[in-house]
Amino acid sequence: MRPFSYQQSTDPSQAVQAGMAGDAASAGTTAYLAGGTSLLDLMKLDVLRPQNLIDINPLHATHGEITVSATGLRLGALARMADIADNADVLRDYPVVAQSLQLAASAQLRNMASIGGNLLQRTRCSYYRDTSYAACNKRIPGSGCAAMDGVNRIHAVLGVTDKCIASYPGDFAQAMIALDGQVELLGPNGKRSIPFAQLHLQAAVSPEVETTLRPGELIIALTIPAGPHTARSGYIKVRDRQSYAFAIASAAVALDIGADGIVRDARIGLGGIHYAPYRATAAEAVLRGRALDDASATEAATAALQGAVTHGHNDYKPELARRTLIRALIHVRDMPVAGAN
Amino acid sequence: MSTTTDPNPPIIQGGIGAAVKRIDGPLKVTGGAKYASDMAVTNPAYAYFHTSAIALGTIIDIDEGDARALPGVIDIMTWHSVKGQLNPIKTFSEGGTGGTKILMMQGPEIRHDGEIIAVILAETYEAARDASHRLTVRYEERDPVATFGDEGLVAEDATLKNAMFKNVQVGDADAALSMAFAKVDQRYSTPPHHHNPIELFTTTAFWQNGELTIYEPSQYMVGTQHGVAEMLGIDPARVRVISHYVGGAFGSKASVTDRTAIVALAAKRLNRPVKLVATRDQGFTIATYRAETQHRVKLGASEDGKITALIHEADEVSSQPDSYKVGGTDMTTRMYAIPNITSKVTIQHADRNTPGFMRAPAEVPYMFALESAVDELAYALNMDPVELRRINDAQVEPVGGLPYSSRSLNECYATAAAAFGWSGRNPEPMSTVDGDWQVGWGCATACYPANIAACFARVTLTATDAMVEVAGHEIGTGAYTIYAQTAADRLGMPVDRVSVLMGDSRLPPAPVAGGSNNAASISNAVAVGCAMVRDQVAAAAVADPESPLSGRDPAKLTLADGTLRDTDGTFEPLADALARLGGAVEVLGGNEPDSVKLGSLAGLRSAKLAFGGGFADPKKVKASFGAEFVEVRVHRLTREVRVSRMVGAFAAGTIMNPITARSQLMGGMIWGVSSALHEATEIDPRYARYTNDNLAEYLIPVNADIPNVDVLFVAETDRDVNPLGIKGVGELGGVGTDAAVCNAIYHATGIRIRDLPVRIEKLLTGAV
Repeated sequence: MRPFSYQQSTDPSQAVQAGMAGDAASAGTTAYLAGGTSLLDLMKLDVLRPQNLIDINPLHATHGEITVSATGLRLGALARMADIADNADVLRDYPVVAQSLQLAASAQLRNMASIGGNLLQRTRCSYYRDTSYAACNKRIPGSGCAAMDGVNRIHAVLGVTDKCIASYPGDFAQAMIALDGQVELLGPNGKRSIPFAQLHLQAAVSPEVETTLRPGELIIALTIPAGPHTARSGYIKVRDRQSYAFAIASAAVALDIGADGIVRDARIGLGGIHYAPYRATAAEAVLRGRALDDASATEAATAALQGAVTHGHNDYKPELARRTLIRALIHVRDMPVAGAN
Repeated sequence: MSTTTDPNPPIIQGGIGAAVKRIDGPLKVTGGAKYASDMAVTNPAYAYFHTSAIALGTIIDIDEGDARALPGVIDIMTWHSVKGQLNPIKTFSEGGTGGTKILMMQGPEIRHDGEIIAVILAETYEAARDASHRLTVRYEERDPVATFGDEGLVAEDATLKNAMFKNVQVGDADAALSMAFAKVDQRYSTPPHHHNPIELFTTTAFWQNGELTIYEPSQYMVGTQHGVAEMLGIDPARVRVISHYVGGAFGSKASVTDRTAIVALAAKRLNRPVKLVATRDQGFTIATYRAETQHRVKLGASEDGKITALIHEADEVSSQPDSYKVGGTDMTTRMYAIPNITSKVTIQHADRNTPGFMRAPAEVPYMFALESAVDELAYALNMDPVELRRINDAQVEPVGGLPYSSRSLNECYATAAAAFGWSGRNPEPMSTVDGDWQVGWGCATACYPANIAACFARVTLTATDAMVEVAGHEIGTGAYTIYAQTAADRLGMPVDRVSVLMGDSRLPPAPVAGGSNNAASISNAVAVGCAMVRDQVAAAAVADPESPLSGRDPAKLTLADGTLRDTDGTFEPLADALARLGGAVEVLGGNEPDSVKLGSLAGLRSAKLAFGGGFADPKKVKASFGAEFVEVRVHRLTREVRVSRMVGAFAAGTIMNPITARSQLMGGMIWGVSSALHEATEIDPRYARYTNDNLAEYLIPVNADIPNVDVLFVAETDRDVNPLGIKGVGELGGVGTDAAVCNAIYHATGIRIRDLPVRIEKLLTGAV
């Protein structure tokens, strides 16, 4: 691991100032350290080489809240994955959020990882994570993509370009994007709030830049608006073993179904298949105003995978993702919901 | 001195077969057990390997950049500083202790992915790793040959350079096949596997007065000692290897690797201890692995289910210079009573590191092929697969016409089938559904040769306790415990009075902990030592007119319950019996099995290893057997496979300790699930490099993947196999499991998976 400077911040403004100062001194190589479950691994592998770390864990005291209110769910950026997954209000009103966290990583990692950091986790592409491979546009812009014609079973089929086919590995992000989550940011010029769907760049155009975060900006909270769909929601994760594995396909689904069985609203996020967190709006449109049955679910799932591009080992992914979404839609349709029709 | 008659029968607490909890358990769960890298040394320097990023080519130069100037960096060794200082040593298959002919850091040539090309020595591990990241190596790269399907693979008949290995030709298999009522002709394959023991490949080395001490996890104390000495060109007597506990090995820590000698050279260069903990990904390339295999299996049977023909042809990958093979046809051709058999094994040389032993090296891939084909034959015959195996059972193996010393396979099937509820099975594929899950049942045969080798053991008896000393290995199996039990049994002493010292090459030599031989080899040697102790104590007692046993037949005296006693109950307290021998007796026992060549005991002192038993015995074939039953569930849409139940019944002669044996067999079955559903090392064929060289992407089962595993023992007494009747259980449990899983998947889904591992994409067929 390369030497780095380290300081703790107990106040978000101070953290941002420290981040800006560090960047000024070291050409933009400051990183915020929260749970460290992704950052420290990648530093040990020499993939990420920050020169300054601003440890924001002390912010947990002021930015670790989990609040469910009439307006929605609010999560302080330092809330731990495990705490959110176990929260009774979240389990009742936002099951897709709780499930996406329960099914992620391992208990040890969920205890460490912050929810803000979780959204920013990096791809599991082997060629990105191993610096002995020369070609990786994400690590070294312009160097090429070793995965394109290499071992790419876990790689993305949507949002990919000829520059990069890495898949976004997260679970919770699919719930966030499905539920219209918002991200509250603090930067050198103050606060701003953006839709989560705008946090990640949606296509691999410049793979070395993954987010729209501005220099020094810090995620301080996440919000998910309340709605009639959030209680009838769930997350299906398909993976190669039953726990502690990344999704090869996953679906976050929330549904508002009327007493007549007609879908009033459908929210769908798909994981394991896209370059970034992915909201399947085309699939949602198929379902709105229709009864959810095998036929409409299949039609919606097919719409969600339109335009998929595969590279050999991942040829199976569009079909698996399609089936995953069908399974999730039927599962969520049939789930018992307290107080529902 | 009064003559005493004891009304109570002797009690042996914790003898052979007793359910003794492992004696090192508390140390292990409290962190008190010192593994090799836990051993303290004064002022160590830390080594970090820089490994090659190409598989084939030449190093043009290594630009150190600012690495050498980093605070804490002491030195950077490259091939220039190691060349000529390492001697090549013979591999196991050549009668030596090495794993490969590829000697690292002897020149600029790179012969496989991840060769050691530089050693950074620093005051801290972190500084050494940082320096490694700052090296820039320029290569002249050539196109490597990676694996099956690549042009440029060099085929070699496996019998050419493996003198002991033979292809089988019995009867006329082609003719029998052409006349068969039912036939199977299929191809199967297994991927590369890496052992991935939790404990990494570590080496700590230091020199003192010209003597080299090495702390390193080893499955072969004497082999490591002699192999390193030979590699460094020094007297083996000046090398001491210490390895009290091994944190998983599975074959990977059996052969000597260059890393050990390289770290020893570094320690000499710095004149201080050097400590290496190689990284997880480096473990994929600086040691061995299970290479990928391909099989074509043809089976023919008559209408009544008698198998009339077997043709088993297989290909295995090895490195360019080494002709390593596992050759599992030794086992598959002897499995059933088949009159016409042909087998052929071909080695395919590629630009890869040399493969080596991995838990049931031959049996896991080869029995997957055979036991899958047998299941396919059962369907072709419309016959129950258990019945098919039962009627083709071989009490005399069909290749050499030798009887099995014991073979309880049918009893294993009967026991496991009853426990599993097999008789309720509807054989029709896709016949059972539970909600969204298709349910299937499958079974397969487990087997493993009962190997044994010559072994020494020192036994010391005092009036209150006993000690066993042997350069054996605790690789997680419960070895300390069962050798204590053996001595307790033979010395008539409670097991907690027996201490066992192992894991030091200065102790009496023991063979490699491989091929499931150690339980038999070491326990029998301990028993010999105990018998020698008894002989001395008994001879002295009967010769002493003062003893209550004076004049008795010494052959009838036994050590029991703190006494030396005769069959009529007359006894002398042990303290009295030992007093006339100075209070203690110490002997060096040695066991040289009948079936190994004479002189193997002496040869062991210089790490010349010879296995007996198994297929090496000229009179009988010696092997353990088991039957495994698996239930799987496959999701109708997304095709995840979940193993929901497993039952295995095993017959392996004397079970030394049902607790530790159960763990071994259960662990084997779990690994079988892993090899069926999870494990595969992925190779980028363009570069001949492993891409998933970490435990996030190299999948092994987690707890959630493993249901309750029932391990049943079928009683079996076999005094032919060796004096204590031990067959060994370390490798048995993992054999056949992957066929049982795939056979169950076929039953659940109607889809036959012939290429491991099972992956979701292989089951995504048909419309939804």
